[in-house]
Amino acid sequence: MLIFKLYKNELMEYEDVVRTVVDLFKRAETELGEDVIKALKFAYENEENEVAKMNLKNILENIEYAKLNKIPICQDTGLPIIFVEIGKDVCLDFDLRSAIIEGVRRATKEVPLRPNAVHPITRENPGDNVGKEMPYISIDIVEGDELKIAVMPKGGGGENCSALKMMLPHDIDKIKRFVVEVVKNAMGKPCPPIFIGLGIGSTFDGCAKLAKKALLRDVTEMNEFEMDILEAVNDLGIGPMGMGGKFTALAVLSEVGYTHTSSLPVAVNIQCWANRRAFAVLR
Amino acid sequence: MELKSPVRREDLKRFKAGEIVYVSGEIITARDSAHKRILEYLRKGMDLPFELDGSIIYHCGPLVEEGKVIAAGPTTSARMNDHTKELLNYVESIAIIGKGGMNIDFKGKAIYLAYTGGCGALASKSIKKVKDVHWLDLGMPEAVWVLEVERFPCIVAIDIKGNNIYNEVKKKVEENYRRLMEKI
Repeated sequence: MLIFKLYKNELMEYEDVVRTVVDLFKRAETELGEDVIKALKFAYENEENEVAKMNLKNILENIEYAKLNKIPICQDTGLPIIFVEIGKDVCLDFDLRSAIIEGVRRATKEVPLRPNAVHPITRENPGDNVGKEMPYISIDIVEGDELKIAVMPKGGGGENCSALKMMLPHDIDKIKRFVVEVVKNAMGKPCPPIFIGLGIGSTFDGCAKLAKKALLRDVTEMNEFEMDILEAVNDLGIGPMGMGGKFTALAVLSEVGYTHTSSLPVAVNIQCWANRRAFAVLR
Repeated sequence: MELKSPVRREDLKRFKAGEIVYVSGEIITARDSAHKRILEYLRKGMDLPFELDGSIIYHCGPLVEEGKVIAAGPTTSARMNDHTKELLNYVESIAIIGKGGMNIDFKGKAIYLAYTGGCGALASKSIKKVKDVHWLDLGMPEAVWVLEVERFPCIVAIDIKGNNIYNEVKKKVEENYRRLMEKI
């Protein structure tokens, strides 16, 4: 995991948060986490299909080249998504949300990020990745005196292939079928090998958020339930870039939330191989 | 295997779906708007400012900074299906580089090479030089960039006989899916 630590004796200032957000985007866009690289290397070493191996080789070389030259891994630098956890003992004398938005604005210029955020109907592009409800910012209040910021620039391909279903409470056994169906419909479009964020429970919207937040987890640590789904997904044989192979997905990462007694919301958030995220802890 | 432009039909017969090929020499980028304009020129019988016949067309909108290519990954080729179908009437042979494949009849005039999606940084490593640029009025990504590449690593996804890796994989995936659904 890429984690910055910034501890100050003085009060945390607006500019600290802005700079941190810019740095986090710079890191996330140019360098993948060790866990993601480990998963991709495992796939490369264990793939037998020659075409699949070639695609994985290109991916690994691309990652190395981007890091070395400090350039974005992919020209789709994603939509700016930010998860914040703020300790209840943290004292701020500025608006945290404004600081994060300013960080995105500056990152768009400095990294640079492709201006991807547009109005959904008019398709008007403000050019700085900032607009109504954009960047996507989630703020949770937690124990402690630290401010944790995670950025996750997310490409359009994976997001477009994601899906949510309000299942019935007795459909628990069908969760796996749903995930397999979503991945099958996606084929090569989300640039596999993919990472699958799986949200189970909560509300209609809360479930989608769980799926997205799950993608922040270490991709090399899965439980039995997740491994079982991963195995089924990989039995499809879509392979890297939809050109066949053993590795369609590299991880299934799930999060659960309590839900209504009559509901079972299930969300599948697809992430391309460039699972870009970076983390910072400020105090 | 190596492929160099200008490509000739006889030459294209050497490549079979599933093979790895390294592209060197001149390639030209073209996405939606460039294809549209190319066809406008061809329909009117006007001369293009670059050589189309025998060219290697890369479906890509590069990120170029001060004359240098920073990132140049492939874009989804299927969007260019209709344009390419018409374009083939005006050429003897071409090669196409892109991602995701195409669903048209190449009429024995073209092969399709896949380059790994998302690998924009690595692509810039193979691009040695920006030789020229045409139609910059279409905007940086949509303009036609003439690039000099060296050992650009691709996979033959559709060969001259029409063997198509994507279609084969799709067929297998459908079978696997049916089998899986009975089991789980």
